[in-house]
Amino acid sequence: MSAVTDAVRSTAPGNPIGQSIRDSLVVAKRNLIRMARIPEVVIFGLIQPIMFVVLFSYVFGGSMDIGGSTEPSVYREFLMAGIFAQTVTFATAGAGAGIAEDMHKGLIDRFRSLPMARGAVLTGRTLADLVQTALTLLVLAVVALLVGWRTHTSFGEVLGAFLLLLLTGYAFTWIGAVIGLSVRTPEAATSGGLVWLFPVTFVSNAFVDSSNMTPWLRHIADWNPFSATVQACRELFGNPGVSTSDAWPMQHPVWASLIYSVLIIAFFRTLAVRKYRSAAA
Amino acid sequence: MPGAIYAEGLVKTFGDVRALDGVDLDVPEGTVLGLLGPNGAGKTTTVRCLTTLLRPDSGKAVVAGLDVLKQPDAVRRSIGLSGQFAAVDEYLTGRENLQMVGQLYQMRAKAARARADELLEQFNLADAADRTAKTYSGGMRRRLDLAAALVVSPPVMFMDEPTTGLDPRNRQQLWEVIKQLVSGGTTLLLTTQYLEEADHLAHDIAVVDHGRVIARGTSDQLKARTGGERVEVVVHEREHIRAASALLDKYSLRGLGKGDTTVEEHMRKITTPVSGGAKLLAEIIRELDTHGIEIDDIGLRRPTLDDVFLSLTGHVAEAKGEDDDGERTARDAEGQGHRPSEEAAK
Repeated sequence: MSAVTDAVRSTAPGNPIGQSIRDSLVVAKRNLIRMARIPEVVIFGLIQPIMFVVLFSYVFGGSMDIGGSTEPSVYREFLMAGIFAQTVTFATAGAGAGIAEDMHKGLIDRFRSLPMARGAVLTGRTLADLVQTALTLLVLAVVALLVGWRTHTSFGEVLGAFLLLLLTGYAFTWIGAVIGLSVRTPEAATSGGLVWLFPVTFVSNAFVDSSNMTPWLRHIADWNPFSATVQACRELFGNPGVSTSDAWPMQHPVWASLIYSVLIIAFFRTLAVRKYRSAAA
Repeated sequence: MPGAIYAEGLVKTFGDVRALDGVDLDVPEGTVLGLLGPNGAGKTTTVRCLTTLLRPDSGKAVVAGLDVLKQPDAVRRSIGLSGQFAAVDEYLTGRENLQMVGQLYQMRAKAARARADELLEQFNLADAADRTAKTYSGGMRRRLDLAAALVVSPPVMFMDEPTTGLDPRNRQQLWEVIKQLVSGGTTLLLTTQYLEEADHLAHDIAVVDHGRVIARGTSDQLKARTGGERVEVVVHEREHIRAASALLDKYSLRGLGKGDTTVEEHMRKITTPVSGGAKLLAEIIRELDTHGIEIDDIGLRRPTLDDVFLSLTGHVAEAKGEDDDGERTARDAEGQGHRPSEEAAK
């Protein structure tokens, strides 16, 4: 015990950006270790989208009209971009629940009492979620290939689509962070993180051709940030589902998706960091 | 010259609950202050304000010579916090937990690892270093939590109910660790619900209730105000009451303006305030024996937190729930709480 009083001291901060990156990586590593030790979470996160792939393509496949074709194989190709995009947004719930649990267990208190970069706890968490999302997408892409999904464009475009999906997923985890910091229990963060995603992902072009919707609903679907990512992926994959809408995001889905994601990150990250700073567990 | 921990007029309200109602504290460097009070008195809120976790509505706080409100980051580099809940990541191993904390104190990865190993050794956790904290016992988790607070050997430490929920053996062990730490010159603010704990560890005690410090002093001073130790004797024969009472009166602590010997006839019980502990008790037993007074029961009763509260505030402390998280619980300490269980008389 004598060494307890050894002069081990916290050093004064160096470059704040360097510190912010280092701290975020330390927290990201911690969250990745956790994920590796609780593989159930990752596995259950995979079951739901795989189920959606199978259910939607076989149950709805025969009765969907995509660009004048009712071929199940056409719907399957149409569907995948939607499922991919929905899957990345579901990372929101994981991020929210994780942060709420850290609050609940007093870990956020510990972090907040340390001389670390203010946003690092949240950035570290969202980065770890990004890794998990990438893994999920990889598995899901393999399943999609197995049920007959194909891309018809260059490798670069396909890669671009996946990067856009990851960016969208990353943006949505910041919404999850705000939810996680706003609720009292991890359970509330899980359900609170999921409920609103159903209307967001269903009132969109993800599962049906939005041109068949009532005009006002179609308007919402066309301007839904989520639709932009879906449409961008369809174009980049060369999958069926050309949008007939003249809404700007549907005409320029890649740009729209990028802009939406950056705006979501800018807004929700600011909000989350502010909440974190005043968090009272 | 303010002490290592200094607070003046701290006020914090949550909605219409005034959690802190003007807390003043001054802890000289190298000493231990025990913050004593029931759940909801404002102990945790005080600690949270002093450790930069909560911004007080008004008041002044200085820790390690740094203004808590103006230089929160500098304060964070100088403090260690060990919470009411063992705040370690249960899916990380002991070593990973400490290394992570070290790195977040801005130590290099290698230095943080070396420091983690050192602390694991000191806190008797070396054997469990590579097991996840989930597998640790309650006492081990507390030790790990404490080690995490000590990663940079901060000059000022805060411990919020460090032993709540621990069994007596683990509590004793943790006390030893804390004592050694303090002997190295660390300034410590410790909150507790147990007078005994404050007694063991603190130089000074501040009693809080309703968000205010209602009394402060050394343990002995507070006990004196409360009535201190008492000897209770139950005599076998009713006719011995008078003789025993006279005898006990000789040992009664005088000059404190509090209680002389009291007699409860129907229970044949005589109570008198004393100071001198077990040695005195033995003397009284011998004396009673010499006078041929047969006794059914004799005991030394020390004041409890309930007694301190009863005497200071006129109401009973509500220190019930072990896992009750103080400040968030709606409080009601208006004397409707349970009475302290009186020692069963024959």
